[in-house]
Amino acid sequence: MLSFRYLKIWIGGAILLLLLVSGVAAPLLAPRDPQAQTLEDRLRPPRWTENGSPAYLLGTDNLGRDMLSRIIYGSRISLIVGATTVFLAGFIGCLLGAVAGYFGDITDEIVNKVSEIFLAFPFLLIAIAIMAFLGQGVLNLILALMLSRWVQYCRVVRGEVLSLRERDFVTAAKALGGKDFYVLFRHVVPNTVASVTVIATFAMAIVIISEASLSFLGLGVPAHIPTWGSMLSEGRSYINRAPWLTIFPGLAIFITVFGINLLGDGLRDIFDPKLRRQR
Amino acid sequence: MNTIRRRLLGAVPVILGISFLIFLLMHIAPGDPVSLLLGDDATPADIERTRREWGLDQPIVVQYLDFLSRAVRGDFGKSLKFNEPVLKLVWERLPATIELGFASMLVAILIAVPLGVYSAIKHNSLLDHAGMSVALIGVSLPNFWLGIMLIYFLGGQLNLLPVAGRIEYGMEVPPITRLYLVDTLLAGNFPAFWSAFKHLLMPAFTLGTSLAAIMTRIARSSVLEVMRQDFITTARAKGVSEKVVIWRHILRNAMITIVTILGLQLGALLSGSVITETVFSFPGIGDLLIQSISARDYRLTQVLILFFAIMYFVVNMLVDVLYSVIDPRIKF
Repeated sequence: MLSFRYLKIWIGGAILLLLLVSGVAAPLLAPRDPQAQTLEDRLRPPRWTENGSPAYLLGTDNLGRDMLSRIIYGSRISLIVGATTVFLAGFIGCLLGAVAGYFGDITDEIVNKVSEIFLAFPFLLIAIAIMAFLGQGVLNLILALMLSRWVQYCRVVRGEVLSLRERDFVTAAKALGGKDFYVLFRHVVPNTVASVTVIATFAMAIVIISEASLSFLGLGVPAHIPTWGSMLSEGRSYINRAPWLTIFPGLAIFITVFGINLLGDGLRDIFDPKLRRQR
Repeated sequence: MNTIRRRLLGAVPVILGISFLIFLLMHIAPGDPVSLLLGDDATPADIERTRREWGLDQPIVVQYLDFLSRAVRGDFGKSLKFNEPVLKLVWERLPATIELGFASMLVAILIAVPLGVYSAIKHNSLLDHAGMSVALIGVSLPNFWLGIMLIYFLGGQLNLLPVAGRIEYGMEVPPITRLYLVDTLLAGNFPAFWSAFKHLLMPAFTLGTSLAAIMTRIARSSVLEVMRQDFITTARAKGVSEKVVIWRHILRNAMITIVTILGLQLGALLSGSVITETVFSFPGIGDLLIQSISARDYRLTQVLILFFAIMYFVVNMLVDVLYSVIDPRIKF
């Protein structure tokens, strides 16, 4: 089954790469300015349909803006929010989890209590609550999603560190005179990388869906920035007249998230020995 | 009983923490809720008077304690948008969300348990791979998009199902439990029951599929885990029929994990209900939350979020208690 497992990583990785390229090179790839309105061309269907215009591959929206360009630019927000959130939440979660697991006692207790409070919320609700009170904006969005995602890393890393710290190589490092923080970050934490990578991959998928959901609810980035979620929300009123306004942004979200989940699945199969035994 | 009492006591500090965080959030919100609500025409005197009426001129700790002491007495104040007591609004909308939640859970169980169990029993077969691919697709589908697509195809193109609301306009439902399916049945009003059922189908399917996708994988892996245990080999060795092995030995043990995840996923179901209710204009508390946010009705928003959090917490606690029923080995 090795080849099938790698196939997942290849396909998932390719889709993630596509997102990366489309986000970074959006100005080069997009055929038009995503904000440019051509009112006489409003609600044009995709090129291959009856009334489609060759100028617009995926059609235009209610203001005559090119859908393809907007979808390409929309990937930027998914990418920026997804990557930054996963990185920051991972950093905070791992740091707290490692410290709590390694030092135990009161540190562990405090970190545990705080994470319990965050776990007491369904995570999308934390994000909704924060966005409701702080208002729209990319930074607020990242903050909201980060605050709702760090706990997972924290819990997993804490658990792993708890068992790792009892291992012989840690005792050896300490016996050689290693200071606590040195031993923790040089010897213990690197051993959690496999699990953290898997969590981070799945977290990226969840964050991208959450960002789209928040934008859909009008709680994401400001309306003038094109995002897949807000495109869906705007297109919803034209669902019967112009279904392409909702079909394409939704497909973009789906394909991206599917690819990242596939990658996460593949990575987990390789990293998780327990699962490997089950096969 | 002791267990439940102990868990309830343990929940108090967490709920206090949650309520304080939500309370704090409202105060770091940019802009003054009073001037936002009263609009540009309000004079400084108006604003000052309203602030005093709501106690917003007091120190934050006093405000929080005041909020708590009222909350304990069930007084959450009035909604600014609807001009009605917050609790009454929540109470009226809650049954819709509960009905949707149960229906979605049912959809999820009906899809996930057979698919997961079957994939595990036939594991590594073509069917197993197909089942897992379907689950992966399900996890990756944004449920608001699925909802909109259902509205487009089933509601718009095929005109099979109603696309918004809980029941056809003008149909009477006696307010007994406020769960429309139950109330219409109790009243013997079958056309109304059918209408409520049809209105519930698409939202429940939308919300249920995302849960089903996660549960399928959990069901599969927990069945796989149990299948490898020695007692299963023993059962087979002593000649127990395969049917009994699967139903009595494997499923019963795998159910523990499945029920746990089911409970934990209720949180996802709650936040999912916010989105699904918005897509289908389904009048539950998720829809109310989004309305309160867009109207900047901070007080209602605050109470609703608190309510969601407490509901989630209580459900998780119930799941814990449910374990000991399913698995007598677990004692608290």
